[in-house]
Amino acid sequence: MSETAEQSPHHIDVKEFHPRARAALHNPQIRQNFRKAMDGLMTKRKSSFEGWDLETLRDLGANIRLRALANLPDLLEQLEQKLTENGITVHWANDGDEACEIVRDICVARKAKSVIKGKSMVSEEMELNHYLEEQGIEALESDLGEYIVQLAEETPSHIIMPAIHKNTEEISQLLHDKTGTDLSHDVEYLTANARLQLREKFMNADVGVSGVNFAVAETGTLCLVENEGNGRMTTTVPPCHIAVTGIEKVVPNLEDVTALLALLTRSATGQHITTYFNMISGPRQLGELDGPEEVHVVLVDNGRSTIYQDDELLDTLRCIRCGACMNHCPVYTRVGGHAYGTTYPGPIGKILMPHMVGLDEGRHLPTASSLCGACGEVCPVKIPIPDLLVRLRQEAVDGDKLHPAKVRGHGAKRSSMEAMIWKGWSWMHARPGLYRMGTNLGARFRKLQPGKIGGWTQYRTAPKLAAKTLHERMKERSQ
Amino acid sequence: MSSRDTILQRLRHRTGGELTAPECDFSVLNRPEWSTAEKLDMFEQTIESVHGEVHRTTEDGWIDRLAEILQTRSAQTLLIAKQHEIGKALQSATKNREDLPQLLVYDEPVESWQNALFSDVDAGITSTRGGIAETGSLILWPSVDEPRLMSLVPPIHIAVLKASELYTTFHQAMQSQNWGTGMPTNALLISGPSKTADIEQTLAYGVHGPKELIVLVIE
Repeated sequence: MSETAEQSPHHIDVKEFHPRARAALHNPQIRQNFRKAMDGLMTKRKSSFEGWDLETLRDLGANIRLRALANLPDLLEQLEQKLTENGITVHWANDGDEACEIVRDICVARKAKSVIKGKSMVSEEMELNHYLEEQGIEALESDLGEYIVQLAEETPSHIIMPAIHKNTEEISQLLHDKTGTDLSHDVEYLTANARLQLREKFMNADVGVSGVNFAVAETGTLCLVENEGNGRMTTTVPPCHIAVTGIEKVVPNLEDVTALLALLTRSATGQHITTYFNMISGPRQLGELDGPEEVHVVLVDNGRSTIYQDDELLDTLRCIRCGACMNHCPVYTRVGGHAYGTTYPGPIGKILMPHMVGLDEGRHLPTASSLCGACGEVCPVKIPIPDLLVRLRQEAVDGDKLHPAKVRGHGAKRSSMEAMIWKGWSWMHARPGLYRMGTNLGARFRKLQPGKIGGWTQYRTAPKLAAKTLHERMKERSQ
Repeated sequence: MSSRDTILQRLRHRTGGELTAPECDFSVLNRPEWSTAEKLDMFEQTIESVHGEVHRTTEDGWIDRLAEILQTRSAQTLLIAKQHEIGKALQSATKNREDLPQLLVYDEPVESWQNALFSDVDAGITSTRGGIAETGSLILWPSVDEPRLMSLVPPIHIAVLKASELYTTFHQAMQSQNWGTGMPTNALLISGPSKTADIEQTLAYGVHGPKELIVLVIE
């Protein structure tokens, strides 16, 4: 992986999570916008699964993803072969930079000056827009939320609803300032104007870039899930379509897609299905009157093959990017997506981004959680997110004997003082006599206990030692 | 070594060793056998809950119904396929009736008339390869005759669905039609008009694609 701190989105220092979180907590607008949105999404998700045996469906989702991961290299080769047979050109990229270069080379070969984009989180990982601008190629987002975020020169604050941090008033002002629409709270008016502006762009774009939700190996099919139709426009109107996808998105069969799709849209937005489920298996064929003449797929690794090495961390790659974990996360709901300073925010970001930016950069990410477990309970493919957070916390202080540290930047949070204290703690707890003496002393001298203990007492009162030790109380009881 | 080989080699020589693939039991997707009438009711209810419109009609009555629908929307132009029986039926119908809009045939590559397609076409009519009751979805396989943009660019998309071609679930539709043996260049499930909720979760229709989706169900 080549990404470094300097390359993180808009040069945000991922390490500075705390000041950003604090600022967000003091911003009532942000808190209100997220609270309202997340409450709505949680309710919709719940009602969309009514009548389903959700646990069994989630088991199936998890097994489908695990089966795909178990055969990942074979499936990627099969996918490549099928796509190629279908007339789609396949490219492989070790990291985001290489993927950007591949997209650029295709654009240059076609003398492309403008790129229209459908929503793609992998392209956010690659920071493709930024890269293309530097190369003198215009890259315009066409998903309404992404379009808004791009106009505001921001990054998405949610993987499904990129502009969720903004309310109508803020968006109205932004569209007025940047595109000259009237100030209006009429969402229909604002949307209709965006339609007009973007239709021009679709017609004139030289290349369309999209993401992929599922790549099916048996038929060489790229599946895209969306509501707006901008994804279909992006992949149909320009003469060339480039799809960028993480290598983990491949599944063996179309049948797998039916279950994953049922889980994805309900978990994400509480929809039975999205407006469009777009399955692309080739460029325009002889006689066809529309569709791109060229289709490319860029299979992006960007750290995934490293995550793949470890049995526990591997579960991170099951993710189907529904965003349910962030919708249900009490931390995400309060601090919002930008506080994390990462491409992927919320629980999935906390277990994925440390691999992408390294644990030195992302040291605070796994600790930005109360380990309440909500993310793991709603995950449609049963990723044990809380367990992975604990694992990454261990890695950040250099793992233990059972789990030798593997993640880049491990040990970044290790403090020799803390390590020594814990060593002493475990030494004492392994010696009953010493332990009793310690707790006895603690109980006798409890008055001397400090009232403030660092960060713990910033928002809480200090826990008080009991007047009698547990051993003493048990002894009293048995008398 | 190429990036391809690097990636594949890393995946093949996993430090954690070989992985075992679990069994996948799809029976949770099974639904009881529904009658056509039940499927149609379910389809109608689901697609209407997302702003789609369903009109039940017959082999003989659909053109009348279509004419009414388009008149209430003051549609001036309707995009049709050249070869498909729907297009042919409409072409022969216009010879002796005045209440249908002007028919435009999609028979040229889009490049030669893109501007007109994007600005002058009020409605497009396509066939379907069936529908899905559970999710209120239409199955479309665009083709040489019915190109991809017919169902996307015009503000009104009218789809003709035979009630007898309704499936209960996506899983059932895919299995019955044997999709695994080969897919067309583009296949679609369409479940309502184009929409967005990206501005403060307020629904707005027709953001990029059609503002209206009208399904003529032939019973």
